[in-house]
Amino acid sequence: MKTTAVLKCVMETLRDEFVVAANGRISRDAFTLKDRSQNFYMIGSMGLASSIALGLAVTQPQCKVVILDGDGNVLMNLGGLPQIGELLPPNIIHIVLDNETYGSTGNQATISRKIYLEKIAQASGYLLSEKVTEEGAFKHALEKFLDAQGPSFLLVKVEAEEEPKGLPRVSHSPIFIRDRFMEAIKNIGICRMNISFGS
Amino acid sequence: MKAEEFLNLLASAGYNFFTGVPCSLIGDVILLLEKEPRFTYMPAVREDVAVGLAAGAYLGGKVPCVLMQNSGLGQCLNALTSLNLVYKIPCLLIVTWRGYKGKDAPEHLVMGKACAKVLKCVALPYKKLTPKNVAKSIKWSRKITSKKQIPVALFLPKGVLQ
Repeated sequence: MKTTAVLKCVMETLRDEFVVAANGRISRDAFTLKDRSQNFYMIGSMGLASSIALGLAVTQPQCKVVILDGDGNVLMNLGGLPQIGELLPPNIIHIVLDNETYGSTGNQATISRKIYLEKIAQASGYLLSEKVTEEGAFKHALEKFLDAQGPSFLLVKVEAEEEPKGLPRVSHSPIFIRDRFMEAIKNIGICRMNISFGS
Repeated sequence: MKAEEFLNLLASAGYNFFTGVPCSLIGDVILLLEKEPRFTYMPAVREDVAVGLAAGAYLGGKVPCVLMQNSGLGQCLNALTSLNLVYKIPCLLIVTWRGYKGKDAPEHLVMGKACAKVLKCVALPYKKLTPKNVAKSIKWSRKITSKKQIPVALFLPKGVLQ
């Protein structure tokens, strides 16, 4: 599978989930495919998408949080997995695009070719952990994971490929990304509050 | 000052999400955070993870405080510079000052000498806590985190907390 095709499918399937996207290609692709106020594009702090998402997920348990991660990012912060497994937030869906390379710096190898990240996630306490290698299985798993109780970990094996030419950087300023994201969280809070007061 | 009084000052300044990695100098503070249900405390596996957790909590509306030893500053420097400082995501860093004035075990001496300069280099504001300035410094930190929206550090040498 191709990275862009996988991310396109994710972005089209999402409803009101919040997204924390890892730095590099993943953020740029997510931004280009479907920019939305619920997307937090990480531009630096490699490895920390899962930790940022966890801090958010426990603070806002009514928000579903999707982590769009890469193998290089996960390997850089392996401790982030048991950190999630220990707390078991039901609202975390961790999707890892594994191309076995540091794609954004020119496809130098990571070590994920020989390492079973999905098993590490399982051993770290994730309630659900699967590896998919082809499109049909991926789409099926994605739908299932978005509805299932988390934390869940979906390892998606993708091809190592040249980054598409002209893939733009995230053009929003970091502060704009932050403000828009926080506003979206506030709005969902207000929306849910109105529903509960109304009923 | 006792651990409880210290935590009460932090809580009354508005800090309501705690995470970090222990140091013996704040051992009792962390034990109390773990014990008392009125505090939200998440033990972190590493200091950069703690900074990431705090950032997520901030996005979710909390006012976070990260506790660590100064040895952890190097570990989380990239998070502070490429996450907190660029997105303006504030947090209070309570950083124990091991190796203060060159008196400590060998592994603490280099960072003990450098830690304040390291923060100065990346333009993060900090103060050194003394037995007399704790309440005032915590209030100051809250002003910075809410107005400038950047992380701020309070260095804690031995002898300030009981």
